[in-house]
Amino acid sequence: MSSAIEEVLNRYGEGGRDQLIPILQAVQEADGHLSRAAVMAVARHLRLPPSKVFGVATFYNQFRFQPKGRFHVQVCRGTACHVKGSAAVLESLKRALKIEAGQTTKDGLFSLEVVACIGACGLAPVIAVNGEFHAGVAPDRVTGILNAYRRRAK
Amino acid sequence: MSTIEVNGRTVQADAGEMLLAVLRREGISVPTLCHMEGMLPTGACRLCVVEAEGVPGLVPSCAFPVRDGLKVQTHSPRAVQARKTIVELLLANHPDDCLYCARNGDCDLQDMAGELGVRQRRYSGGHWDPKVDLSSPAIVRDPAKCILCGRCVRVCEEVQSVAAIDFVGRGTGARVSPAFHAGLNVSNCVDCGQCIKVCPTGALTEQSRFKAIFDAIHNPAKVVVVQHAPAVSVTIGEQFGLKAGTDVAGVLNATLRRLGFDQVFDTSFSADLTVMEEGSELLARVANGGTLPMFTSCCPAWVDFLEQEYPDMLGHLSSCKSPQQMLGAVVKGWWARQAGVDPANVFMVAVMPCTAKKYEAQLPNMLTDGDPDVDAVITTRELARIIRMRGLDLATTEPEGPDTPFGERSSAGKLFGASGGVMEAAVRTAHFLATGKELDMPRMQAVRGLDGVKEARIDIGGTSVGVAAVSGLANARRLVEEIRAGRSDVQFVEVMACPGGCINGGGQPIRCGKDAIKARMQALYSIDRDAKLRCAHHNEQVKRLYEAFLGAPLGERSHHLLHTTYGARRAEY
Repeated sequence: MSSAIEEVLNRYGEGGRDQLIPILQAVQEADGHLSRAAVMAVARHLRLPPSKVFGVATFYNQFRFQPKGRFHVQVCRGTACHVKGSAAVLESLKRALKIEAGQTTKDGLFSLEVVACIGACGLAPVIAVNGEFHAGVAPDRVTGILNAYRRRAK
Repeated sequence: MSTIEVNGRTVQADAGEMLLAVLRREGISVPTLCHMEGMLPTGACRLCVVEAEGVPGLVPSCAFPVRDGLKVQTHSPRAVQARKTIVELLLANHPDDCLYCARNGDCDLQDMAGELGVRQRRYSGGHWDPKVDLSSPAIVRDPAKCILCGRCVRVCEEVQSVAAIDFVGRGTGARVSPAFHAGLNVSNCVDCGQCIKVCPTGALTEQSRFKAIFDAIHNPAKVVVVQHAPAVSVTIGEQFGLKAGTDVAGVLNATLRRLGFDQVFDTSFSADLTVMEEGSELLARVANGGTLPMFTSCCPAWVDFLEQEYPDMLGHLSSCKSPQQMLGAVVKGWWARQAGVDPANVFMVAVMPCTAKKYEAQLPNMLTDGDPDVDAVITTRELARIIRMRGLDLATTEPEGPDTPFGERSSAGKLFGASGGVMEAAVRTAHFLATGKELDMPRMQAVRGLDGVKEARIDIGGTSVGVAAVSGLANARRLVEEIRAGRSDVQFVEVMACPGGCINGGGQPIRCGKDAIKARMQALYSIDRDAKLRCAHHNEQVKRLYEAFLGAPLGERSHHLLHTTYGARRAEY
């Protein structure tokens, strides 16, 4: 167990099972994601079966189980973006990165996340990469955007 | 008391009682796929919806408390149409492979589709092709057939306190799975199989490997020996239309011979043997200040549970192997040579009411000199399938006796099939071994019946001994916690993982109600009541085995063949 997780668990002390979500949030904050070791540690700490902890964690979109990539791509699937074709944008991103939402590419460069609305409906369909917004993204622009970040990584 | 009106008929109900319970009592059939008797409703499947006057929308009767004056229609066109639509939606992404499914003909979803007249696929959902989880030695999980009713999740958590599986993800991505989508083999699953018994579809089934058994039967060089457990003979008749609780032991022996088994033995014989060893072990522990209370070790799911959850309590576990393993060990370790057979050519098959027995048989510590005591385990359900496959008819088969020497049994050994039975059998013999006299009152009412926790105090030669028989691992967990916290008034504890014991085991017929389980239990009690031989220590063949081979209980040969050791096992997830 990493010391970051240990520190979180110590901070929460002998809490009951109602502490589960705050603890998972704190662990993810400290560690960037919920590793298997972290889920197991939280389960032991709260005396909950690991299946329960994993069940709760996978219910919420906010938890991720792989470390974030160097560039974290958020795809907005809110109503306005949906109407403007964000489903195709997401598909295009999945194909280009060869990962599903919630996953990270093998080289650790990109991670993909679906968000309900990032509050930039005027720019629909919109994606955000490490907080930088890309407006009016058409599916065929995706490769170009990703390549720009790849160049930046070199 | 409330008076309500159902389909125009006046019906009495307790205020606050759930509507579904009232309907069932009145013989009104409303289908459900998620309801579990005796548990809080979840209202997950919505199939039990009915129309209640003055309530907008349909209400799920399982989770709808009745109140005075309530008027309901259970089969109005709207309610029936809603049920049909729900089933059609469940079928939208359900595999169409009923003909190839282990639950074909024994499936709630299939029945419901038939009853509601679903004749075509109106909805077609996103198909997915998840991997079938074959990792466990006992249980197969096919997520494609899961309808997310949640029964398995509840029985695993609420009855067994194991919680090996839970809902993972949400919405259309929701699945029932162990943590991290791992296989059951690395989860904390104890293979009890209660999940299979409550699964309404073929999503959970037992690992079924008939081929090795048929190969052995058709191999002239092999001597194929079969043993059947106490609970099997009072259950298997149900699979062929007999009344629950009919004992078909004789017919079962004959049928097993017709299937090609060379020797038919009764696991109740080795239950008697277990009683001799375990009773002696208990007395030795009492006399020598050994670890008390002693826990029984016949139930592999319970042993697995303790090894995982309470490794610090393993010293309490009796070192006796289970009757299944003991019989395998004496058949291969002694009988074979007596019968002039090379033990390597003996193929031992066990018919068990249990899925965990499959797990037990393949454990490394269940090998004697490198050879497994038991080569294959099949459940009551699987045996019924094999009997049908061979077209045998139980009704027209004449009963036959089992083979000697391991066919003779006391009714105490037979009691092993019900929770409290091991306790009762062991106490009879421990009393005799300690005092040389029979127990005055051999029927121990206090440890009989379907209660999950049964306790009693008995007098053995002037010493008062506290005994407890628990079934259901959640009950076992509570008792273990109490003992760990210092409770000292019990000296002997019997644990069966399945509620009620092996008669309700994970390998028993699917979709049997509590009445059937009661009837099976009653059948075992009747056998005991009417039996001449009621104590393990009077079993002549057991005595002969000790004289000819084993020596004395807890002796060196017993130690080698009939006892085992345990170790802490941490489930990976």
